[in-house]
Amino acid sequence: MAAPFDTPELGNVDERRIPALKPGAMAESKPYVAAAAHQEPLGFPGVLEDGWEAKAIGHMGELLSKYRSLQVFMDICVKCGACTDKCHYFLGTADPKNMPVARQDLFRSVYRRYFTPMGKIAPSLVGARDLTKDVLDEWYNYFHQCSQCRRCSVFCPYGIDTAEISMAARDIMDRIGQGQKYCNEIIGKVHKIGNNLGLPAPALLDTLEGLEEDIEADTGVAVKLPVDVQGAEVLLVTPSADFFAEPHILGLIGYAKVFHAAGVSWTLSTKASEAGNFGMFIGNYEQMRKISLRIREAAQELGVKRIIFGECGHAWRVAYSFLNTLAGPWDFLDPRYPVPQHILEFTNDLISRKGIKLDKSGNDGMVLTVHDSCNVARGARMGDKPGGQFTIPRAVIQASVPKFVDMHPDTICEKTFCCGGGGGLLTDELIELRVKGSAPRMEALKDVVEREGVTHMAAMCAICKAQFTKILPYFGHDREMVVSVHQLVSNAIVLGDND
Amino acid sequence: MTGKGVVVSILFAIIFYAAALILVVGLGVKIAQYARTPAPLKIPTTPAPLTKGGVAFRLAREAVVFESLFKGNKPLWIFAILFHFGLAVVLIRHGRYIQGEIGPLVALVQPLAIPAGLAMLVGLLCLLGRRLVIERIRYITGPSDILMLALLLGITVTGMFMTKHIHTDVVMVKAFFTGLLSFQLRPLPDDPLLMAHLLLVAALMIVFPFSKLLHAPGLFFSPTRNQTDTPREHRHLCDWAARLEGKGN
Ligand code: SF4
Ligand code: SF4
Repeated sequence: MAAPFDTPELGNVDERRIPALKPGAMAESKPYVAAAAHQEPLGFPGVLEDGWEAKAIGHMGELLSKYRSLQVFMDICVKCGACTDKCHYFLGTADPKNMPVARQDLFRSVYRRYFTPMGKIAPSLVGARDLTKDVLDEWYNYFHQCSQCRRCSVFCPYGIDTAEISMAARDIMDRIGQGQKYCNEIIGKVHKIGNNLGLPAPALLDTLEGLEEDIEADTGVAVKLPVDVQGAEVLLVTPSADFFAEPHILGLIGYAKVFHAAGVSWTLSTKASEAGNFGMFIGNYEQMRKISLRIREAAQELGVKRIIFGECGHAWRVAYSFLNTLAGPWDFLDPRYPVPQHILEFTNDLISRKGIKLDKSGNDGMVLTVHDSCNVARGARMGDKPGGQFTIPRAVIQASVPKFVDMHPDTICEKTFCCGGGGGLLTDELIELRVKGSAPRMEALKDVVEREGVTHMAAMCAICKAQFTKILPYFGHDREMVVSVHQLVSNAIVLGDND
Repeated sequence: MTGKGVVVSILFAIIFYAAALILVVGLGVKIAQYARTPAPLKIPTTPAPLTKGGVAFRLAREAVVFESLFKGNKPLWIFAILFHFGLAVVLIRHGRYIQGEIGPLVALVQPLAIPAGLAMLVGLLCLLGRRLVIERIRYITGPSDILMLALLLGITVTGMFMTKHIHTDVVMVKAFFTGLLSFQLRPLPDDPLLMAHLLLVAALMIVFPFSKLLHAPGLFFSPTRNQTDTPREHRHLCDWAARLEGKGN
């Protein structure tokens, strides 16, 4: 288990403090290595075997020839350092290897050694290194200190996205038997049971039935949470956390109420009972595709006309940006709607058409701010205009609550900070990294709490919600300070036959 | 031409032909590699333009005014703009050494020679300074990064000396280079400063395709910057991904 550590002191968000370097500060931080039982079901070797070096270099060559991003990013970094102070993990830990360019250089040094003339002729001149066990260990530790949030790519003059490099590094490590337990175990559960939490179908049905009873007891209205309903209009694919814990589950109730109030028939699916796609975190196209195809199959089997995704950041990136590539074409769905849609697009559209009514007094006493999830902000979009991923969630929140304020402009929209737990790092053994990495977000939150009296922070991602629930107490906040966006909708919505 | 002059001229002719060849072929190979390598997924850093025109405009903003760098680091942006704009003017001005007739653009920037050279010099010195002074930047700086700046400084300083103080015989220089273009050997002035300048330039041309100078063409191939944000509207599928579908798994 992780050793004790100090929760970082929060500074003034306006000062944009950049820490002095503390080399090696996080050298020991690493997630559990996957056991053979987690590796082999995904087709990866169970353990690191002799000859892994050559295999790793071979796979690196393959990735370089398959991903333009990787090839170009390896060559064109000028070491300008514009990215150095942009990573929440660097800002929170001061470990220089958490500066995005330094993280890239762990990979680039090996690339140079084996794939460039300069690295072969004059390795020390260009910082080229042989791939040794030490280097591999360093890869393992520091490529699992990157949440693939893409914040660095916003500020890089060439758009170099360290997430692409972390994904490639993790893929290489998987292929040589040095995978990460947390991600690979979860992917195994998706294939075997259908969702990340390993919630089997009967348990899911049970939970939903219980929820229906709760809602009816609460509101007097029989709001349904349908599962595997043939011929429903909408298939809702949502992160399995929505079936499991607060505040996620309150968001799920919100989706159900919106569908109910709008009179749109919908269904969940036991086959696609997970929106998340950890195939992205491990940089594995085939896994990402296999996980996505479940959604296609579920949609075809149920004969739905539309697919809508629940609140989840990386799931929305995979859904919005990749689903058409991975599991399309979607010609069997209703062409009048984008595939897939986000639940916030759906709800926002209803609000603006007056298809549902919201009463802000349902959230009386709350002052909201919103945490833009990194994958939604920088890896996807909502609506038909660039930046809809920022305006639509805000519009829905503002329609639901009496007061809303944004956090510091350097920490929202495209410049948003990761919650600290994204990218496959939401595991207990990384708690120090998660707490420290959340410091920039916590600093901006503290600012609006003190200046504007913010009481709650809305999130639209299962990982963000779980991460904040866990780390808010470290900074003296209540864990219930984080809420689902649709939880706010749920509190405010006027259900037709409920007066 | 004296005997020594002939030898030197031949030597420089060979060096420049070789450097030009390496530059053109090397860059060609790299650009072909970037163009050939598929981008299997839509990964523009969003918010991103929805149209090709929008992407062209985004790339133009990145290439000309360094939009992202401006967001990222203002002092660095100033240094980078100083150096690159100075360089652009100086490069255009050097057109007069290879054009028979001086074109209008070259004539236009002619009076800017000194300020442009100074901008380059100041920009480079600031870029070097921050590599030595700022802890984070020192950490990520390698020997090749310093050498690159030293090379550029060498070129700038020798060039400026010739413009300002020790004028070299520019008519002869022009004759030499226009001669190279038409495969005729003409003499170079016997001037050590000029030779140093030319040697450093040749070195720069040679390392270009093997170094971080690839950022110049690379920017236009960066998927986070050159893709439209249209994944739901158009199915994006690269060849190797399409082959996976063929396998039916
Ligand atoms: S901002 Fe981009 S070019 Fe500059 S050091 Fe970082 S990755 Fe390299
Ligand atoms: S992608 Fe995010 S976590 Fe990874 S290096 Fe960049 S800023 Fe840091």
